[in-house]
Amino acid sequence: MRLRSWVTRLAPIGVVCGVAWLTAWASRSPLTDRRIPERGVATTDVAAPIAAIDRHFQQEWTEAGIVPAAAAPDLQVLRRLALALVGAAPSLEEIREFEADTRPDRLAHWTRRYLGDERFAEYFSERLARAFVGTEGGQFILYRRDRFKEWLAAGLEKGTPYDELVRTMISADGLSTGEPQVNFVAAALNDSVLDTNKLTGRTVRAFLGQRIDCAQCHDHPFDHWKQRDFEGLAAFYGQTKQMITGIEDRLTLDGKPVEYSVEDRMTLKQRTVEPRVPFLESEIPAEGTRRARLANWVTSPENRRFDRAIVNRMWGLLFGKPFHDPVDDLPDPDEAIPALDLLADDFRTHGRDLKRLIQVVAGSRVYQLDSRLADEMSEGEIARAEQEWAVFPLIRLRPEQMIRAMRQAASIQTQDHQSHLFQRIPRFFQEIDFVREYGDLGDNELQDRGGTIPQRLLMMNGNLAHENMQATPITASGRIANFARSDEKRIEMAYLVALSRRPTPEEQAHFLAQLSGKTGDERGPALEDLFWTLFNSTEFSWNH
Amino acid sequence: MISSHALQMSRRDLLSAAAGCTLSFLLPPLLGRAADERGPARAKSLITIWLGGGPSQLETWDPHPGTVIGGPTKAIETRLSGVQIGADYARTAEQIQHLSVVRSLVSQEGDHERGAYFLKTGYRPDPTTIHPSLGALLTQQVPSDSVEIPLYVSLLNSEFPGRGGYFGDEYDPFKVFDPGTALHNMEAPVDRSRLAKREQSLAVVEQSFLKGRKVLAKGTLHAETIRKARRMMDSTQLKAFKVEEEPAERKAAYGDTSFGRGCLVARRLVETGVRAVEVNLSSFDTHANNFEFHTGHAKTLDPALAALIQDLKERDLLASTIVLVLGEFGRTPKINPLDGRDHWPTGFSCLIGGGGLATGRVIGATDPTGEKTAPTDPVSIQDLFATIIAQFGINGAHEMMTPIGRPMKLCEGKPLAALLT
Repeated sequence: MRLRSWVTRLAPIGVVCGVAWLTAWASRSPLTDRRIPERGVATTDVAAPIAAIDRHFQQEWTEAGIVPAAAAPDLQVLRRLALALVGAAPSLEEIREFEADTRPDRLAHWTRRYLGDERFAEYFSERLARAFVGTEGGQFILYRRDRFKEWLAAGLEKGTPYDELVRTMISADGLSTGEPQVNFVAAALNDSVLDTNKLTGRTVRAFLGQRIDCAQCHDHPFDHWKQRDFEGLAAFYGQTKQMITGIEDRLTLDGKPVEYSVEDRMTLKQRTVEPRVPFLESEIPAEGTRRARLANWVTSPENRRFDRAIVNRMWGLLFGKPFHDPVDDLPDPDEAIPALDLLADDFRTHGRDLKRLIQVVAGSRVYQLDSRLADEMSEGEIARAEQEWAVFPLIRLRPEQMIRAMRQAASIQTQDHQSHLFQRIPRFFQEIDFVREYGDLGDNELQDRGGTIPQRLLMMNGNLAHENMQATPITASGRIANFARSDEKRIEMAYLVALSRRPTPEEQAHFLAQLSGKTGDERGPALEDLFWTLFNSTEFSWNH
Repeated sequence: MISSHALQMSRRDLLSAAAGCTLSFLLPPLLGRAADERGPARAKSLITIWLGGGPSQLETWDPHPGTVIGGPTKAIETRLSGVQIGADYARTAEQIQHLSVVRSLVSQEGDHERGAYFLKTGYRPDPTTIHPSLGALLTQQVPSDSVEIPLYVSLLNSEFPGRGGYFGDEYDPFKVFDPGTALHNMEAPVDRSRLAKREQSLAVVEQSFLKGRKVLAKGTLHAETIRKARRMMDSTQLKAFKVEEEPAERKAAYGDTSFGRGCLVARRLVETGVRAVEVNLSSFDTHANNFEFHTGHAKTLDPALAALIQDLKERDLLASTIVLVLGEFGRTPKINPLDGRDHWPTGFSCLIGGGGLATGRVIGATDPTGEKTAPTDPVSIQDLFATIIAQFGINGAHEMMTPIGRPMKLCEGKPLAALLT
């Protein structure tokens, strides 16, 4: 009797648990093998371009009399790679595996491994989407940013050549849902009408790395762009219409020919503008829709702006700041930027393969330099070293990197798409909240900015930070407190998960004194304090 | 002997303990002085009411009723005899005698971002450097030790917020998006002794990071920002950000809008000694339905602005506080087919006054027919800035060195004699 009443009482709980387990089981990744090393990344020979880049920088430094920083420890480079490519610091799991990897070129292997990680496509598609379509929500239904991002992610994962991606998005027809690439164009819809000015400005900034937006109203004040250059380019989008079947180019509409016309700002009269490119007229094909012709011109192998722009952006995403700042205001290509030109040439002549480009930059000596310099250098020498990329720069981590690094540090296992549903759901919401409070950098996320007081307050006192450092049975601090063999191990593990390094002897001694004599439940708060300290350090918040 | 517990007391604890023990005579005399001082002797502050998007001069401070360009906007008399402003600003008309009206501002930038840059920094955009905004400049030039909260505060969202520019990001404004409510994350989640222990440990970890990175790490300002955040957490001056203590009728006078609360917070911040406050009101970019939008915005702007001037005056803070009301440009005299007005950087208006500047002056005039582009007595943005900077006792011609080693004057203009008494 008693047993039966217990069963009846517990049945609902049993059902809930069963459903929860089933849901989690059903939503797990179909891939059971957590690590498929270097999946989807062709092993290309990047030795030659790396050597060329290394030679170039060495020559610059020699000529300028600069002594570059020493090579950074491998773990420090691994941390940079993980933060840049998957947006999180390496997990303890990954660090252990990396340290057991004895291959002499293990960093090159791990670069490929992160490039093959599903997190890479997801993370980089967001970074590129910010440049291509911005962060705005756009027009409901007619614009689907999420679909565009998925399409980019699929392209990155497959290794679609960059020029093909760009050609497709500029020239695509169809609906935002069925043909996700049209969302590049659909992002500029406003009340179902295409804002050609916005789209033209964005095309030139995102793909050619130049700003001609202000030529929309007047001639560029300090560059050579003229208002008619802008209008001529905008005319290539002049036949693009949002129809019931989606985005398409129309030669006629309601029986009338479709022309592109602008309102003259002085006379307020309409005048027709024919499509016209401001340079490289030979690269504009005679045939095709206006958008298809524009797409071919933008991505033409002769159009050096195209390759320089993406190389500069990728450099920015790896280092945290673009080689040439601002990222989308490069000079004309006749003004040489040797490092960018070297990389751009290799990129163009090797299938415009973004993953290869990343491997070249990440494999170069300049990427693997330490952020430390000899103590006796003067401030002037340090400033010059920084200017000439002879020392790895300290760059503030972006908000999504901060929260992912913090969440990763709060866990022993790698936090990725194979994590349990119960970990992925809070991760999703925590990220959104944190990024908003820390300050989303929006479209211009490669701007070099310093930290703010509200950010420090959020890290010191905020709920999210507190939750991630709290010692519970599932967090790293709690597990380390309970399961590590000794205080030395506890401190070492905390340092590895938070900062991807081991403590210095001074740090070790300091924290040993704090932990000594603490047993059982007292250890939890001591570990929380240790995590708070590491999370609030310069080292945690700044890529180094 | 002082116990270790007493050493861990914050300034706030010490203050309240001292007050409780009637030991207040032990308090350093400087504390609270900024808040108590009144009149022209007080250190100066600036409140900028930023009307983002470019407000129409014709619907605000420079109406031309009954003309082709004036549109349906009517004008009303003000406390300044012979000076009329837009009829939507009845309450401001009652306070405008404490300020002056400039109707002939001339800028060369007709794009929002470039215009906002010019009107916030006094410099036209320059690809080789970023100039500090006026608030950052005043904060850098006139620091204060007794103010424990940020000296430069921006209230409500702004598309192009002011920046520290070449002074560095530490001179960026402290941004509050929802003024009047408690600031976030000001309380430590652990007790004081544990927080102190954490901070000692942080010093150890920072020391390791500094090895070989002393100069680069200093450039991050990380430690400095933490120090400022900590000082703020412990400060009693935080209450300046809240409006709860204000009487209901005063809150009502400013208007029950976030902008109204922003203006009230601006007064409280200035009272506490904050150097520069920006209160942002946006969406003045009326390319269509200009008149409807302006009348709508006036319902927010008019009570808040009038209440702010009156409140500052009553508390004898106006003599030390410059109030500046402007946006990135004005709007075309010509009304476009959508009943809108487009960007107009030549001949637009601002209100300016307080802080010892002249009152009741009207400078410049625009052509009522809208045919002549140039206003009479044109006032350059640079000169407007020079006037404010001079009023703070700063030498605008002083050259600063930008990080790339290029000398740069604080300001390019000359103070306007007409605004200086």
